[in-house]
Amino acid sequence: MLAGEQGPVRQWAVRHQIAVGEFFDAPDFVPVGQAHVMADTESLGEAGVAWLEGLAAVPQAQRRVRIPTITDPRGLDFDSYKRLKQTQAMADIEARAIAAFEALGVLMTNTCINYQTILPPVRGEHLALGDTGVVIYSNSVMGARSNFEGGPSALAAGLTGRTPRYGYHLDAHRAGTMHFAVGHQPTDFADWGALGGIVGRAANSYWQVPVVTGLKAVPSSDQLKHFGAALASFGSVAMFHMPGVTPEAPTLQDAFHGHAVLAAMRIGKGDFEAFYAGYAAPGDKVDVVVFAAPQLSLIEMSQVAGLLDGRRVHQATSLVVATSPEIKFAADRMGLTRRIEDGGGIVAAGVCFYQMYAREMAEANGWQRLLTNSAKLVNIIGGYGYKPTLASMERCIDSAVAGRIL
Amino acid sequence: MPIVLACHKGIGPTVTGTALVAQDNFSARYDLDRIKGTFSRPAHKLCGQSYVGQVLVLVTAKGGVASAWMLREMAARGMAPKAILFDRANTILAQGAAFAELTLVDRFAAGCPTTLIRTGDELSIDPAKGLVTILNRD
Repeated sequence: MLAGEQGPVRQWAVRHQIAVGEFFDAPDFVPVGQAHVMADTESLGEAGVAWLEGLAAVPQAQRRVRIPTITDPRGLDFDSYKRLKQTQAMADIEARAIAAFEALGVLMTNTCINYQTILPPVRGEHLALGDTGVVIYSNSVMGARSNFEGGPSALAAGLTGRTPRYGYHLDAHRAGTMHFAVGHQPTDFADWGALGGIVGRAANSYWQVPVVTGLKAVPSSDQLKHFGAALASFGSVAMFHMPGVTPEAPTLQDAFHGHAVLAAMRIGKGDFEAFYAGYAAPGDKVDVVVFAAPQLSLIEMSQVAGLLDGRRVHQATSLVVATSPEIKFAADRMGLTRRIEDGGGIVAAGVCFYQMYAREMAEANGWQRLLTNSAKLVNIIGGYGYKPTLASMERCIDSAVAGRIL
Repeated sequence: MPIVLACHKGIGPTVTGTALVAQDNFSARYDLDRIKGTFSRPAHKLCGQSYVGQVLVLVTAKGGVASAWMLREMAARGMAPKAILFDRANTILAQGAAFAELTLVDRFAAGCPTTLIRTGDELSIDPAKGLVTILNRD
């Protein structure tokens, strides 16, 4: 590959991987079972799309990925973009990116909940995953092994079938490095995200592995999804242990790989209250209520539909729900999409709110005050000019109906 | 004699430029207005300042994987930083720098570069040798 005998695409891929591997002192490569490519068109820009089209133009045998290679959410959903006031130019560049990826043999799954919906990672499986929420869930809850792989690196892994062996592919990096004892039990998804945010702010490094104790019940997949996504977003963290819950930590001692158990930092009710207070805006007009980041599971879709039944989103407020294409098909079939849209919501598939030109949507729709139950989203979206507030799903829906933050 | 700082072998070409230093972190998606070329997240210590053509000296990389694409896209428009120096990079910024052919170094022998380098310092960065030289100070 390096000599170019397998064509310029694989030569680029392995050169890129060697540069990254040398930076992190990787001893060799490790074969990977799947690659997951984050490549929304807002991030790609014209330069990125043109680069992909260049790869797509080489002969087929030289450009096809070698392992199952899937995609993170896109920048635009062709069925809902006009309602969200996205532009034709955005749709056009999206179509170009999709055509290029399909020419490379990439499966357009367009999801950040692939571990719930496509092919769940397996303990010990080496992977090249994009999307920080996907990586932290796969490493921690499934016991798989991946670093945060940006789009170019994940695509390179798809093309070569391997990735440099560094970071979370190695046992040494997977031992607990910090200990948090939770004294206040999270209930709804916003609480789980808040907990992820509190731990993430304290951890604050890709190389920290928090160990979280004190939880009195085993969390659900969706609860761990919100916790992990927020932890990764606030802290750049790629792995955590919950002794007795996550597979590499049957016990507290196992979480620290047999080393001394570190003294715990306590997280109490006051920490949660302070976290929420940092985003609070009681009584403010709410411009847009968002359920996304990560995309909603079928269960979350059902919960949103149930809370909206018989009610109507305020005329001056928008409600946007983002899910994966697979879940959208299921929600259509089960009547959930109709119930949400009858209540005034917009269900978008294969996208996630912050990956779909959030700044341009804010300007086109006059959105500023954003309400969500996603702690990950409140962390990200301020950079796009929004004023975000975090609340439970129930309070988000109540506020959407009232048109102001309750 | 200029001050020479040893760091881990890095990524990208040898460059010179002016330092913009903050005790804060970096994410192209979360922190930047990439059209205007400024830091835009209100809580960021460099909010409102231009990063274009600067040598950013920050603590670590934060946030999502999008930065891996964004650095190349920014460079294609002439709106990228000249180089980035971290105490410790995360994987995304290393991958993004490799993709963009942008200069990136981290892991300084003498400690966090935000405590070693001042805003306005003239720097020469040699990633292949793992050396950063402060040209304007002895």
